[in-house]
Amino acid sequence: MALVEVKDLYKIFGPNPKKAIPLIKKGVSKQDIKKKTGCTVAINSATFEIHRKETFVVMGLSGSGKSTFIRCLNRLIKPTAGQILIDGDDIVTMDNVKLMNLRRRKMSMVFQNFGLLPHRNVVSNVEFGLELSGVDKDERRQKSMEALKLVGLEGFEFSLPSELSGGMQQRVGLARALANDPEILLMDEAFSALDPLIRSQMQDELLELQAKMHKTIIFITHDLDEALKIGDRIAILGPDGRVRQIGTPENILSNPADDYVRKFVQNVDKTKVVTAGTIKRKSPTLTTSKDGPKSALHLMEKHGKSIAFILDSSRILKGLVHIEDVVELKKRGEGDLCSIATQDFYTASPDTSISDLLTAAIETKVPIAVIDDNNTFLGVVDREMIIAEMNDGIDEDSGPTVFSEVLEDETDTTEQE
Amino acid sequence: METIKEILDIGAAFEALINWLRENADWLFDFIAMVVDGFLDGVNWIFQFPPAVLVIVLFTLLAWKASGRGIAIFTAIGFSLILYMGYWSETMDTLSLVIAAVFFALLLGIPLGIWASKSDTAWKVLRPILDFMQTLPAFVYLIPAVLLFRLGPVPGVIATLIFSLPPVVRLTNLGIRQVPVEIIEACRAFGATSNQRLLKAELPVALPTIMAGVNQTIMLALSMVVISGMIGAGGLGNIVLKGITQLRIDMGFEGGISIVILAIFLDRVTQALSHIGKKSRDKK
Ligand SMILES: Nc1ncnc2c1ncn2[C@@H]1O[C@H](COP(=O)(O)OP(=O)(O)O)[C@@H](O)[C@H]1O
Ligand SMILES: [Mg+2]
Repeated sequence: MALVEVKDLYKIFGPNPKKAIPLIKKGVSKQDIKKKTGCTVAINSATFEIHRKETFVVMGLSGSGKSTFIRCLNRLIKPTAGQILIDGDDIVTMDNVKLMNLRRRKMSMVFQNFGLLPHRNVVSNVEFGLELSGVDKDERRQKSMEALKLVGLEGFEFSLPSELSGGMQQRVGLARALANDPEILLMDEAFSALDPLIRSQMQDELLELQAKMHKTIIFITHDLDEALKIGDRIAILGPDGRVRQIGTPENILSNPADDYVRKFVQNVDKTKVVTAGTIKRKSPTLTTSKDGPKSALHLMEKHGKSIAFILDSSRILKGLVHIEDVVELKKRGEGDLCSIATQDFYTASPDTSISDLLTAAIETKVPIAVIDDNNTFLGVVDREMIIAEMNDGIDEDSGPTVFSEVLEDETDTTEQE
Repeated sequence: METIKEILDIGAAFEALINWLRENADWLFDFIAMVVDGFLDGVNWIFQFPPAVLVIVLFTLLAWKASGRGIAIFTAIGFSLILYMGYWSETMDTLSLVIAAVFFALLLGIPLGIWASKSDTAWKVLRPILDFMQTLPAFVYLIPAVLLFRLGPVPGVIATLIFSLPPVVRLTNLGIRQVPVEIIEACRAFGATSNQRLLKAELPVALPTIMAGVNQTIMLALSMVVISGMIGAGGLGNIVLKGITQLRIDMGFEGGISIVILAIFLDRVTQALSHIGKKSRDKK
């Protein structure tokens, strides 16, 4: 069962909101409903699930209902219609005591402008949630100190929020949200008020934290780059308060569901999202145990290549050979390819983004080897492939030569994951 | 016209109301008078009992701590001057009246302000009343006070507390309504009860604004306490009144100077205290 199930959710602001629902169902536009009834449609028939331990990003332009949506999840805003099941319990109809306990234990929130208490120092801000639920002094101090450590704010425990930079204040906000160890973290444009540099640093740290903590994070942003970077899955809200598409970052980039999403995605800096693993190609390889100069030359000539990578029998990358050296070797009548193998090439892991590979790709004449953590050879990426990807012109069929027949025991590695 | 005025005589109606109150709620006013009188006596004793020089030293230290050397020097010289002119006892009477009136004004005004901030309806009702109270000439407060509490310091305190009530109600309301929405949301999102929210977030965040209201209330109270010299509240008001009625320019002038010294002292110290509240929030 999904952790959060949103079923046919509506939120309409204004007088007599229930009256607007039949109009919405009839397909009357947001503007017309506003004109006719004075009601603002903020969320329009949202249905989706959020899985345990995923980072679910809700993205949309300003006014598309993101803040309204996230506030429905802890009922800071009461939905007009629909259900929100958290572990099977419906938030919308929950009684106040149960709701209070849920807010105290199960979910915490991080705010765009931090929402810190200006009269309290850092650690007592972090203690706030625990204090509300009556945790005793020593325990809440200890838990808060741990949370502050997690976000890297040791040494600032007794500063006031006003003495800290924006990025640090938001760390306090994050620590406050983590202090009561909630299962769900709600983050409403948590990094939007920060400078771009600090913002990107906070994104990295959130990713690191999440790798350790495995919370379910629901993250709101209006910034597609941020969404693509942080999200395991992304929901894109249209201006009408409707969910336009839900999917993984790659999925949204490569298969936009409609024109709205396509327009959105058009301007994205693809190089930050597309990884070496996605665009890598197979490449002719030699195996130390069985190939000698003769078979090496044969392979290179057959594929019109001047280089080939050498692997051992379990496909661990050993090095790279150049055709001149192989010819030389053959002339000398020797057979050990390893003796002429060079290490003079770049390697990359499959999840390196191609923007990070660009410099290396331009510098080197040989392809970049894509290897996993165990040095297993997965394929190659070269300059042309990166540039082609950046120009969005890559065509699966007419790409560089595919040497599928060479890779004897290979399952299809060009597919990602 | 005659008949309308007979039927709807506003003045007479008010008189009837006061008379009715006197006949039917006398016990209530006696009780209020007793409480106010007791409190006033206590405060007065604190200022009158120790030797004047000791009180001056304490005031000077307070001024020093609160707002620095300049005001401390002013306090020392100012109160010494009052002592030298021979109005020490009257000044302490006036100070006690102000403190008593402000104490009860805050006791009433802060909860009213909180209520107004929580309920739009309450604020809609309170606001015109506060406007009305602030535009009514100060003297007018004396009449019902005298009718219900007779002459003396008690009606003086009552008239003063009502006259000085509006600013603290207004600014408490304003301060709480101005608490940033994300702070309110944070309270709710972390599961605060409405009491927790008020005590742990709203009041502390609104404190500087509330203190500005307290300062205004104190200053209004001082001006009203002087006016209530007319109904026998005593203190410096009495001196000024004598100066007017007996055409004693010297007395009127000296009484006036004493009031100004007291006013500056109270203003600077309470202002500084509210800033300290702010500063400790910025530092601590
Ligand atoms: N309290 C409210 N009363 C009336 N309309 C509101 C209220 N809150 C939000 N709205 C409207 O609902 C829509 C969605 O707002 P919001 O959820 O804040 O969008 P976002 O966070 O995506 O910018 C907007 O059109 C906004 O004007
Ligand atoms: Mg928003």
